[in-house]
Amino acid sequence: MKAERVTEILLALGSKIEEEKDFLTELDNVIGDGDHGINMARGFKAVEEKLGTLQTSDIGNLLKTTGMTLVSTVGGASGPLYGTAFMKAGMLMNGKEEMNLDDFLSCLDAAVEGVKTRGKSVQGEKTMLDAMIPALDAMKQAREEGLSAPDVLQKGVDAARTGVEYTKTIIATKGRASYLGERSIGHQDPGATSFTDMLETVCACITP
Amino acid sequence: MVGIVVVSHSARLAEGIAELAGLIAHDCPVAAAGGLEDGSFGTSYERIMNAVESVQNPDGVLIMMDMGSAVMTTEMVLEDLNYDNVRMVDCPVVEGTIAAAAAASGGMSLDEVLREAQLSREIQKF
Repeated sequence: MKAERVTEILLALGSKIEEEKDFLTELDNVIGDGDHGINMARGFKAVEEKLGTLQTSDIGNLLKTTGMTLVSTVGGASGPLYGTAFMKAGMLMNGKEEMNLDDFLSCLDAAVEGVKTRGKSVQGEKTMLDAMIPALDAMKQAREEGLSAPDVLQKGVDAARTGVEYTKTIIATKGRASYLGERSIGHQDPGATSFTDMLETVCACITP
Repeated sequence: MVGIVVVSHSARLAEGIAELAGLIAHDCPVAAAGGLEDGSFGTSYERIMNAVESVQNPDGVLIMMDMGSAVMTTEMVLEDLNYDNVRMVDCPVVEGTIAAAAAASGGMSLDEVLREAQLSREIQKF
């Protein structure tokens, strides 16, 4: 796909986050500081404005702009985390005018590494990584099995949803939720949820 | 003189700590980077960057943060600014700022000010 299509998908992510804003904030109210939905919606609103004025065929430029805008407008931990994720993906796509499934998987790989480094976090700490890593692994495997792009994405969405369910069962050891200790059990992680929302959106956009 | 930046999710908290440090070390430049532009809670990349630039000088700058995104956003600002004499310190934000401001005001180097801030982790209040 070309930059125009990537832009449409980035804007669709924003619409999805706007739809899910209240639910994400509600989740964050229980185990965090209750701003995840509001923060992400503010960030993606700014992304929409930025992309509206950006005339480029360079997909790397689109992703970097998205990342930098999130960093400077989200205001919570998801700003530097998702910001880093999109910026890492953008660096990988630097100068490229076409993006295929393998590029997408490489971007997500770079994004996961970026989030791990930025958050000094690993899988199993009740964070967005608990959805991102299983989704990436499932998609890589599906790709190796030769599945079509929509099917690969669907495998990723399924794994991300399972990851979100898994976050309900574990204690948060990173982020604001870690202050709650055992009381964080039973609640799903807002970051893992917003990642899954976004992956679902990408999947829906590329499924005919 | 080493400059200090206080990064917090709350504008009032950051400003309050800077004020408090000013009482003890009135000549030390302490800049507050708290909250978001619209007045809500959070950490702002732009505010942190402006605060660092406002106290940046050849003696260096030390940055204190409350938690979470304050730390991560500050890291990103420093990666983009690329100064070699601006450092972050992991310490209690109130006690650390006051210790650092006193040390800076006494003419200590960036390394020494940073160490004073770190020592504030050990301060016993009673």
